[in-house]
Amino acid sequence: MAEEKNRHIAFICSKGSLDMALPALIMGWAALGNGVDVTIFFTFWGLDIINKKRVDHLEIAPVANTSFKFSLMGLPTGNLGIPQLMGALPGMTAFATAFMKKKIEDLEVPPVREYLQMLVDAGAKLYACKMTVDMMGLTMEDFVEGIQDIVTAGDFIDMTEGAQIIFI
Amino acid sequence: MPVREIAGKTVEFDGEGFMVNPDDWTPEIAEELAKEEGIDQLTDLHWKVIEFCRSDFQTRGEPPTLRRITKAGGVPTKELFALFPKGPAKKVARIAGLGKPQGCV
Repeated sequence: MAEEKNRHIAFICSKGSLDMALPALIMGWAALGNGVDVTIFFTFWGLDIINKKRVDHLEIAPVANTSFKFSLMGLPTGNLGIPQLMGALPGMTAFATAFMKKKIEDLEVPPVREYLQMLVDAGAKLYACKMTVDMMGLTMEDFVEGIQDIVTAGDFIDMTEGAQIIFI
Repeated sequence: MPVREIAGKTVEFDGEGFMVNPDDWTPEIAEELAKEEGIDQLTDLHWKVIEFCRSDFQTRGEPPTLRRITKAGGVPTKELFALFPKGPAKKVARIAGLGKPQGCV
């Protein structure tokens, strides 16, 4: 009988905001820790996560984010949201990002750049989407260390045969 | 597997195979549990990880996360994953006689 194939989870990261970067990093790390193979495919805005110039500057925008409530800051304001007009003021995205980063850091969650390195060191395979790379005029030089290759959507489908796929 | 004989001691385990009482742990038990996890011989580097986990548990009251083992324990990620192949998270805690890790990182 053939050897049983190891469980394999593939994440597709299509968004470049901080809150959309963390899920694949956290679940990918947990999967590796439990002996599961991990592949991550970065496409469209998700390329920001592995872009050297962007990785340390991923943000969270309060505008159009219905979960952004004053209560996040510990105020007893229930469901009262931060008004969209206020969220649109200059500096509000930077403020919201700094605020959330602090909350994340307090949980001993590493910064995105370090997280990527941990995943690579633990054996995750990271790939960039060829079509987006071409569209944005990027090369391997633009990415943090440890990215395996720039591959097509078809390559990704081939290399994830039998894997569980999570789209983020 | 609630209670069983291991390395000459009668030890209680939970449903997932973690020791219920970390004080029951002995290095001999660790060697037996390691074999069950597919690690035939515990090297000095394995012991460095196990001893860090045990002492960290003594001071903090919970099994360390993998990142804590690498950061505070000084064992690089690559090395940790090579020492405990196919998933160090549960293996390390189990061999060190600690409960299932509760942290996500």
